[in-house]
Amino acid sequence: MTTANTHQTQIVLDPDVPLVRIIREFDAPPEQVFSAHAEPELVVQWLAPRGYEIRIDHYDCRSGGSYRYVHIDDDNEYGFRGCFHEVRPSELIVQTFTFEGEPDGVALEKLVLEDIGGGRTRLVATSLVDSFEGRDAFVASGMEDGIRQIFERLDELLAG
Amino acid sequence: MPADALSRVFSALADPTRRDIVARLTDGDATVGELAEPYEMSIQAVSKHLRVLEDAGLVTRSRQAQRRPVHLEAEVFDLMTKWIERYRRRAEERYRRLDAVLRSMPDITEMPDITQPETGEES
Repeated sequence: MTTANTHQTQIVLDPDVPLVRIIREFDAPPEQVFSAHAEPELVVQWLAPRGYEIRIDHYDCRSGGSYRYVHIDDDNEYGFRGCFHEVRPSELIVQTFTFEGEPDGVALEKLVLEDIGGGRTRLVATSLVDSFEGRDAFVASGMEDGIRQIFERLDELLAG
Repeated sequence: MPADALSRVFSALADPTRRDIVARLTDGDATVGELAEPYEMSIQAVSKHLRVLEDAGLVTRSRQAQRRPVHLEAEVFDLMTKWIERYRRRAEERYRRLDAVLRSMPDITEMPDITQPETGEES
């Protein structure tokens, strides 16, 4: 088994529709990559951003199921929830995603797993939101401090 | 609106031809004709791409000089690249943790399937 990872994460921001796409290859077959997304005891091991703990309230990864989990830092809890719209083991997860702090906003997420041979998998994760502003805020979430500076600087530059 | 401004820059950079134009402008200013040379498209089509880049604040064109060379606003470009790179790096960090989870899982392709009755042929 090779642990060398020659395929770094790629990010694609679509110009025509407000979506962000993440592409990444894994040294594991689709069955395993799917399990790591579908089984809560595996999901908790990798999903939370650095500096946060994750607590899963429920996580029922099958067509018609739903999930809710919270990211926890020293002071706060941030809730996320959604529905699993369509789930096909080892192939596909279509789900919604809402940050409870902005309950009117929802992203439609599609995760496609492709067997690329040699026990490897290409993952293509697409998040579609309802506006470009929403998409860009989505990309920016979790790095507000840095982004605020960038916003301000960009405002200055574009005004000049 | 800052979010609109960011969206314009994002959209401008999402197109491969425009990304290529921006990459070439990092070497120095160039005229529309020079920029159009390597592409199989009309000067008008390249001008259209440049207008999108200009609206996003990524490039400017001198009003004075006769050649009107296109100039990359490197600072805007750097800010955007940095932003997307941070997002990419966070995803990469997450997926490295997933790599570790996958390594710790039993290799299901090499394990005998104990849930099946042993009636099939050996292989």
